[in-house]
Amino acid sequence: MTALVQVDGLVKHYPGRRGWLGLKPSAPVRAVDGVSFSIAAGSTLALVGETGSGKTTVGRTLLRLVEATEGRFSFDGIDVFGLKSGPLRALRRRMQVIFQDPSGSLNPRMTVGDAIAEPLIIHRLASRAERPVRVAELLGEVGLDPSFAPRYPHELSGGQRQRVGIARALAVRPDFLICDEPVTALDVSVQAQVLNLLKDLQRSHKLTYLFIAHDLAVVRHVADEVAVMYAGQIVERGPVDRLYADPKHPYTRALLSAVPVPDPRAPRDRIVLSGEVPSPTNPPSGCRFHPRCPHPLKDAFCSSDVPGLREVTEGQWASCHYAEKPMAGTTL
Amino acid sequence: MSEQAPLLSIRDLKTYFVTGAGAARAVDGVSLDLYPGETLGIVGESGSGKTVTSLSILRLIPEPPGHIMPGSLIEFEGRNLLTLSAAELRAVRGNQIAMVFQEPMSSLNPVFTVGDQIAEVVRVHLGLSKPEAWIRAVDMLNQVGVPDADVRACEYPHQLSGGTCQRVMIAMALMCRPKVLIADEPTTALDVTVQAQILELLEKKQAEMGMSVMLITHDLGIVAGAADRVLVMYAGQVVETAKTEDLFANPQHPYTAGLLASVPRLDGGRGSLTGIPGSVPPATDWPSGCRFHPRCPHAWDKCRAQEPPLLDGPNPGQSARCWLVEEPNRRKAP
Repeated sequence: MTALVQVDGLVKHYPGRRGWLGLKPSAPVRAVDGVSFSIAAGSTLALVGETGSGKTTVGRTLLRLVEATEGRFSFDGIDVFGLKSGPLRALRRRMQVIFQDPSGSLNPRMTVGDAIAEPLIIHRLASRAERPVRVAELLGEVGLDPSFAPRYPHELSGGQRQRVGIARALAVRPDFLICDEPVTALDVSVQAQVLNLLKDLQRSHKLTYLFIAHDLAVVRHVADEVAVMYAGQIVERGPVDRLYADPKHPYTRALLSAVPVPDPRAPRDRIVLSGEVPSPTNPPSGCRFHPRCPHPLKDAFCSSDVPGLREVTEGQWASCHYAEKPMAGTTL
Repeated sequence: MSEQAPLLSIRDLKTYFVTGAGAARAVDGVSLDLYPGETLGIVGESGSGKTVTSLSILRLIPEPPGHIMPGSLIEFEGRNLLTLSAAELRAVRGNQIAMVFQEPMSSLNPVFTVGDQIAEVVRVHLGLSKPEAWIRAVDMLNQVGVPDADVRACEYPHQLSGGTCQRVMIAMALMCRPKVLIADEPTTALDVTVQAQILELLEKKQAEMGMSVMLITHDLGIVAGAADRVLVMYAGQVVETAKTEDLFANPQHPYTAGLLASVPRLDGGRGSLTGIPGSVPPATDWPSGCRFHPRCPHAWDKCRAQEPPLLDGPNPGQSARCWLVEEPNRRKAP
């Protein structure tokens, strides 16, 4: 399979605030600091991380909702960061996004039908006469009855609203969808429905997903590949089965062990990390995870030398000096 | 455990809200017992009534629009909390029964230092002097795992991370060594590694202080790890209650089973999740008969017409509000 999405050395720094006299600006916020990945056409890469890891910023820079500081993003061979506004708008027809909060991303004063028709109008994809037909078709694709078209977002449940958000993204027949925490705001029974819908749509529409999420259990059900982010960098990347069965980076291992298991008889050997995620203005030297790392082999080398992301076993990459000697602990 | 007298008993609690669309029966006849030293998990989705139940215990429901209906009983150490005067209730609230809320940032007062807020608890309830209360506050911050507690106590909530704010909330709740701690979604707003820290802290403090914990959450994973018994709520009612192990091994109510099948699991593989069709109905318009029947794969005529009571299930202490308990042969194979 060829990569539809290829990201190299993505960096996003927000400039530090200037002081009172406009002298010395404070250190920049290093939200994303050298992220590379590729996604094969028709597959799903999940970008996983905690608050402040930079996962959402990655999604926003790819869509050019914010401009990247450095790096390249090639989409189907097109250099996206080099595009002028005209061709960029044309390309956006092929790249769409689904946001976390469906009530915040739908205009409360637009009916569901109008909201779904809007991208059709902007991209001139359907004539006035064709629009209602296309809207009904799209509602059907996301599992909603066409009678929803004249309703307003506040009349819908959270799950239904998220389905409308998906229909809106699908309206322009995109190739690539960035799903930013698409099920986080939903109840668990509804979350399962929406995850299943996303998977069915991927198959029927041959979609490529960048799935941004914090919930590792959710990711397990949708992803082909997983990339784990910590403090603006990818610390581990690999096929979903292998990464979950045999995580190579101590952070991945700790993250997996912290997920509550819905089985009272499951053995509980949580690795409880001490401390907090480092400040993005002043990340630790060497390995950014070293102040919290529970690895028994951790030494002075970890605080002085930056471990690069390297292939530890075939297809599985990790940025840890001691990735070959995984810590004892949870296996799943 | 059941031979012991319960510490807190709720009988037929009804909390209704007046809305433009009619009365919302948010909590509609909930009964439960909390025994000394145990952790009772209350599980449900949004709109199930779990939070309103917990707020009703300490009468934190805004009235109006909320009303705790006559006939409801909340008994704590032989007294009905619903008939106490405001002053009597204040002596219980935050002292013998304490609460930890979901959003620590918005539950703390932004204009006071966290040390002052923690100290206030013992100044009000135990009448300690300012310096004495401050020393206790710093000590408690230390106990809940906040590093440099004496420095942190002088800081304001916005200077602290979400995890540290939640530790501050827990410190406040524990200051008077309460007999009951109600934790309403204490880790929902937190990252998973921080959640693990907070759950471990709650477990440790419970073991040290011997208090009872009512743990309200939507996350079955948390309940599986922390609760002795579980109560599942749906549409303002308790639909199933059981020991944690029995509930997970042998759920009697189709809603419990559906919830369990909906949870994404780490060992789940890329297979389909089952989910539950439809969504929770509005509290102003609960369905007739069994409130779950429109979403239930097993429902038959009786379910649409008659509301089932809580029926005793196969395991001691397990009961479910479902006719299938009486007519198990009606259960369809999954």
